[in-house]
Amino acid sequence: MQTDHSNASHDHEGFPWMHVIGFILSLVLTVAALLIVVSLSLSTTLTVTLILILAIFQVLVQLLFFMHITEQERAYQTIAIFFGLFLAAIFVFGSIWIIF
Amino acid sequence: MSQPSSLNQSTPLEYSTEDGRLKIFGFWVFLGAEVILFSCLFASYMVYLHRTAGGPTPNDLYDVKEFMIETFLLLTSSFTCGLATHELRRNNKTGVIVWFIITLILGLGFVGMEAHEFVDYVGEGAKLSTSAFLTSFFTLVGTHGCHVSLGILWISGILIQTARHGINAVTARKLFIVGLYWHFLDVVWVFIFTVVYLTGMVL
Repeated sequence: MQTDHSNASHDHEGFPWMHVIGFILSLVLTVAALLIVVSLSLSTTLTVTLILILAIFQVLVQLLFFMHITEQERAYQTIAIFFGLFLAAIFVFGSIWIIF
Repeated sequence: MSQPSSLNQSTPLEYSTEDGRLKIFGFWVFLGAEVILFSCLFASYMVYLHRTAGGPTPNDLYDVKEFMIETFLLLTSSFTCGLATHELRRNNKTGVIVWFIITLILGLGFVGMEAHEFVDYVGEGAKLSTSAFLTSFFTLVGTHGCHVSLGILWISGILIQTARHGINAVTARKLFIVGLYWHFLDVVWVFIFTVVYLTGMVL
């Protein structure tokens, strides 16, 4: 279980660049999603698809920049989260598929 | 405890014991289960989205300014919580406590705004029992709000422990895990923001 520690503390001296970059990215993604809905008059399907893609990037920002998912037991914790996301996708898209 | 030996200098304190490593991994498994809990609430929200039973529709209720402020409060609190973890790894107890207190204030602002939003909705006749849409809306957003409220209590408790015992392998592990929990709540909010509020404006 003692895996690679090489990137465990890569940015933990001095200025927290990774966190600042992650925060700026999350703000940009949020404002972009709002602008797509408010300013662009695209079709409903295209709008929803675009903002869902932005949401997925937003989640990746949180996992990679803030939650340190790539350090320590990265294989195990990534499997735990992505298995949860896999089941979530089945529940959500399965429900939508049956109803509409 | 204060100076890590040169041997394990690259290993953060929260991972320095077998107990810490296993509990952090166990918490990731818990977050996987939380993903499934929220996915069921999202699925029921989407199934009942148009079942408004003559009551208010998403378009009548959602207010752009309010949900954007809520979003920025939570995004910023996730950032300040990340900075607390950064200070934790620099073994800076004051930094950890200061950033977590800022996180708590932002979190309280978020919960306050959400409570205000719910009271507004009920005032406009949009109650939990009004329609299937509103039942699923209040259940989904309310479950997230409960998680944030619990997170505020949890962070407060861990901060008291940190203030009393300083940063050691046990408090470092607790601080890191409560940080993971807080970031995860932001992940859930990203989907509430996208699927509930933004989508509610275009449908």
